[in-house]
Amino acid sequence: MPQVKLKVSRTPLPKTPTGIDGLDEVTGGGLPKGRTTLVCGSAGCGKTLLAMEFLVHGAVQYGEPGVCMEFEEAPDKLVANIQSMGLDLRDLIKRRKLMVDHVRVERNEIEETGEYNLEGLFIRLGHAVDAIKAKRVVLDSIETLFAGLSDVAILRAELRRLFRWLDERNLTAIVTGERGNGTLTRHGLEEYIADCVILLDHRVNEQISTRRLRIVKYRGTAHGTDEYPYMIDDDGISVLPITSLALAHKAPTTRVSTGIAGLDEMLGGKGFYRGSSVLVSGTAGTGKSSIAAKFASAACARGESCLYFAFEESPSQIIRNMRSVGVDLEPWVEKGLLHFHAVRPTSTGLEGHLAGMQKLVRKLCPDVVVVDPITSVVSVSGIYGVKSMLTRLVDFLKVQQVTSIFTNLTFGIRREERTEEGISSLMDTWIVLWDGERDGQRTRGLYVVKSRGMAHSRELRELAVSRKGVELGDVMMGNRRATAAAG
Amino acid sequence: MKKKSNAKRVTKRAREDFWELRLYIAGQTPNSITAIANLEKICEDQLQGKYRIEVIDLLEKPQLAKGDQIVAIPTLVRRLPPPVKKIVGNLSRTERALVGLDIQPVR
Repeated sequence: MPQVKLKVSRTPLPKTPTGIDGLDEVTGGGLPKGRTTLVCGSAGCGKTLLAMEFLVHGAVQYGEPGVCMEFEEAPDKLVANIQSMGLDLRDLIKRRKLMVDHVRVERNEIEETGEYNLEGLFIRLGHAVDAIKAKRVVLDSIETLFAGLSDVAILRAELRRLFRWLDERNLTAIVTGERGNGTLTRHGLEEYIADCVILLDHRVNEQISTRRLRIVKYRGTAHGTDEYPYMIDDDGISVLPITSLALAHKAPTTRVSTGIAGLDEMLGGKGFYRGSSVLVSGTAGTGKSSIAAKFASAACARGESCLYFAFEESPSQIIRNMRSVGVDLEPWVEKGLLHFHAVRPTSTGLEGHLAGMQKLVRKLCPDVVVVDPITSVVSVSGIYGVKSMLTRLVDFLKVQQVTSIFTNLTFGIRREERTEEGISSLMDTWIVLWDGERDGQRTRGLYVVKSRGMAHSRELRELAVSRKGVELGDVMMGNRRATAAAG
Repeated sequence: MKKKSNAKRVTKRAREDFWELRLYIAGQTPNSITAIANLEKICEDQLQGKYRIEVIDLLEKPQLAKGDQIVAIPTLVRRLPPPVKKIVGNLSRTERALVGLDIQPVR
């Protein structure tokens, strides 16, 4: 029997951009145009915020007015809440780019006396859409109807009719629903919404909250089934896509000085590759921050900008400490070349840190980034999830062509190998600071474990950190023992 | 003050109060026509002429749906005497309609 080859022409589904940071990337362009998307999640996960941002961006950036049928919050409260995220609804409403209709359905007000339908809702929605020529619609949250009216058969039939109504008018809509027990939504809205379902999940793990977004369904689009971290802050909602580099970024070829002559020598005579990732690890007090600070200082001296993420010490402490080893960071801060960002590691989960860092890097566009130390952030949530977060961070920085330097505290030889197994593989250059005893004296040394793409020294050189600065001395010969540092 | 029996008291109230009822429909659908008919019968039976029915067709005046928070059609709103009450449906279930309007049945 002859085989018939089916030729299917693939017309990509048109999409409507949401304007929400990262969400358009994750969905491959936005939400299905002219169709309804279900956004579900438990209370407080940000469904209403996501839906409202979709409307606001639509009105402001894409010239598409929008209507919100708000079933839950009173309009004043909604406007006030959203206002605190920096979205000015009042102004948009005044300019007729946005319309919010508060629909109140209260059970104790309503006695059902016979057959009815929800035509009133349709009329209100239609009237609002026609009045401002809306292209986007939000129904938040339509499940409230189930609480107010008891005839489930009528409700279901009318919901089906509503989604058809929206489709017929080619309105791109978001419907929000509250997470059910074991089901996506409490009343099974997902049965009616065939095109796109997004789940917002908000978990609390050991007192730290993590937010994750997952595309449960997106018809016609090959979507990743991964969970993407997202965060809500003063600027609203932002989703963190996995930077889809696929390791396709160009390998940089220019080199930058480390700021320490001896170290440049050890690295093929020229220093780090621009845009590479560097890990400096060692036990307590070995001089990791000093190495990082020297690099930052050298970069600023070249006129480059540096963003210093401090997770352990305050900026003024760092400046003071570095001054004592001959590195003056203050003039760079004053000139605006060095920007400190100090954060408590326990202030948020990994995703929160990642999101915050990405945001700041995008905003300030530094040439160099210092993360000092990465250990505190890692220890917040344990090994699980760390590698993923770090991979994203390092990937992201590479795409931005930022040279990054991470310091990592280790607790002794054995532990060093374990905790760094994951982290070090992400790094292009790995420098270890060695703390030991030689001839009855405590000494410090430095060696380069690896440095991709260049010939590097295998020597253990003596590291001298003093008031004069950070210098690399001679190769350390002879018998040495590492100090088993009390962690 | 002469003591009046319960039934007489109710009839007195029905006589004294004036009922203003607003029925929201969306076009002359069979269900809406049924609702109008049912409403007229209830009013005739219970309110002895002391009433006024206003039928609002939202297809003609959609902007009026917002004010009384109309979602379902047909919806009957009791505007007078206060308090405002809202009932949904074509009023074929008379007992429920009376409960919803808070009318003590006169029989």
